[in-house]
Amino acid sequence: MNGLSIRGLTRSFPGQGRAAPTLALQPTDLDVRPGEFVSILGPSGCGKSTMLRIVAGLDRPTTGSIHWNGQSVTRPGRERGMVFQSYTLFPWLTVEQNIEFGPRERGASAAEARDIAATFIARTGLRGFERHWPRQLSGGMQQRTALARALANDPEILLLDEPFGALDHQTRELMQELLLEVWGADRPEQRKTVLFVTHDIDEAVFLANRVLVMSARPGRIKTELSVPLSYPRDWMVKTSPEFAAMKARLMSDIREEVRRAALG
Amino acid sequence: MLRGLRQNGCRNQSGGESLEPLKPISPLARVALGIAFFVVFLGTWAWVTGSGLVQPLFLASPLRALSAGWSLFAEYNFIGDIGMTVWRVLGGFLIAAAIAVPLGLLMGAYKGIEAFFEPFISFARYLPASAFIPLLILWAGVGEAQKLAVIILGSVFQIVIMVAVIAGGTRMDLVEAAYTLGSRGRGILRRVIIPAAAPQVMEALRLVLGWAWTYVIVAELIGAQSGIGHMIMDSQRLLDTGQMIFGIVVIGVIGLVTDYLFKSLNRRLFRWTAL
Ligand SMILES: Nc1ncnc2c1ncn2[C@@H]1O[C@H](COP(=O)(O)OP(=O)(O)O)[C@@H](O)[C@H]1O
Ligand SMILES: [Mg+2]
Repeated sequence: MNGLSIRGLTRSFPGQGRAAPTLALQPTDLDVRPGEFVSILGPSGCGKSTMLRIVAGLDRPTTGSIHWNGQSVTRPGRERGMVFQSYTLFPWLTVEQNIEFGPRERGASAAEARDIAATFIARTGLRGFERHWPRQLSGGMQQRTALARALANDPEILLLDEPFGALDHQTRELMQELLLEVWGADRPEQRKTVLFVTHDIDEAVFLANRVLVMSARPGRIKTELSVPLSYPRDWMVKTSPEFAAMKARLMSDIREEVRRAALG
Repeated sequence: MLRGLRQNGCRNQSGGESLEPLKPISPLARVALGIAFFVVFLGTWAWVTGSGLVQPLFLASPLRALSAGWSLFAEYNFIGDIGMTVWRVLGGFLIAAAIAVPLGLLMGAYKGIEAFFEPFISFARYLPASAFIPLLILWAGVGEAQKLAVIILGSVFQIVIMVAVIAGGTRMDLVEAAYTLGSRGRGILRRVIIPAAAPQVMEALRLVLGWAWTYVIVAELIGAQSGIGHMIMDSQRLLDTGQMIFGIVVIGVIGLVTDYLFKSLNRRLFRWTAL
């Protein structure tokens, strides 16, 4: 079976000292078709990062199974690329060298890696910043580089954990359009599969084919909605009635969960 | 008039503010204050010795120390002693680093290796290197091997522990990012842990090199035929406090210079840390 398949996934973290263990995820099932863009919304602490990290292979489930393209996921692999909310560029490498990291790691020659990096530098609008160190870049530029670094490795699925969460509103909107572009909004046959975690409803709807809402901790998938908007999309769709209707629906769902999360 | 007054007022105010905690001062003021201390120090020294408060037998005047230094270079081949000492420090230090840095990196990266070595090394680093000198003389005689051994013994465990802590503290999010980019075990060590640790490892080496200077002098005070420590020992026999003081000052100056060279090397190697 192609795509992502999650069955009965749970994760509980052992408690500190005598504290009871924390159940982060309740039994969760999820299927994602190849080329699909799925947004995951949920109050903070509901287990979104935990789920993504398990798909990436950075964490192990307590029970349940995850398969990517029929292969059981037990450890990280370059076919599952990730961009984190925190800035995780290697500070000792320049922008260009950061993007070359994946290709070099799989044995590409220096020239090949430079070619690949040049492609993604162009595609993510990083021209002129090749020789900059990460610390010299704004947050938006750092996340562009992180996205380019993940894409340069040619992953089959992209796992994005609130990648734009720390950016200001304007930069964020630009990054959303950039992401749709590199995802292949206008090239359906080349699209990568994307799991995109966010707590911004506009962002979730604007980007995805499908939006999932997770309940307060312990997380489970509470609502699942298809987005009735066609690609390519530009920012104007945010003013359409379909968009507003989706947003209203999601907002009431999420408010309920946020309230439950806040009450403990 | 009024403007002048107000400016004056401002200056007074900022003068007061320079005593506020953590407030930076101008580079010029920094240099001037640094030099001022040396002036006060030398002045006090000259006064204490010049006024007869302290007998020249116990403490030579600054001028006496300087002229003793001159005769050391001119008549006693002091350059040879300095060369000998520098070579011992660098030799012992480099051998220690060549053993300790790889071991420390492995310990930081692999918890099993750490569990194996850490308890012993934590114990060994409290063994005073100088207390081993009599034993080392018994084993290795009073030749160069013994001198190097003192320095190695004094440095190697310190470096291992510091490097292990630095490597063990590698940012986990960077390690995870590398995993998602396809890195595996050795690649993580080579392409994340080592480059991430490198600047701090070099800083640790700089620190230990400073300590190595104190070990070499101790090693040369006992059973040596050359070196700055040996010269100081000889001067004691001749009751020449001028030469002794000059020798001590030379050690300080060489330490300062190597420290500076080390620092500028680190700045050149790791430009990204300075951003
Ligand atoms: N390594 C861990 N150890 C213990 N508890 C954890 C760990 N990681 C996450 N948790 C807990 O699991 C829950 C879900 O966390 P997370 O997946 O980060 O939530 P989200 O990303 O939705 O904000 C939280 O209550 C968090 O405290
Ligand atoms: Mg999270």
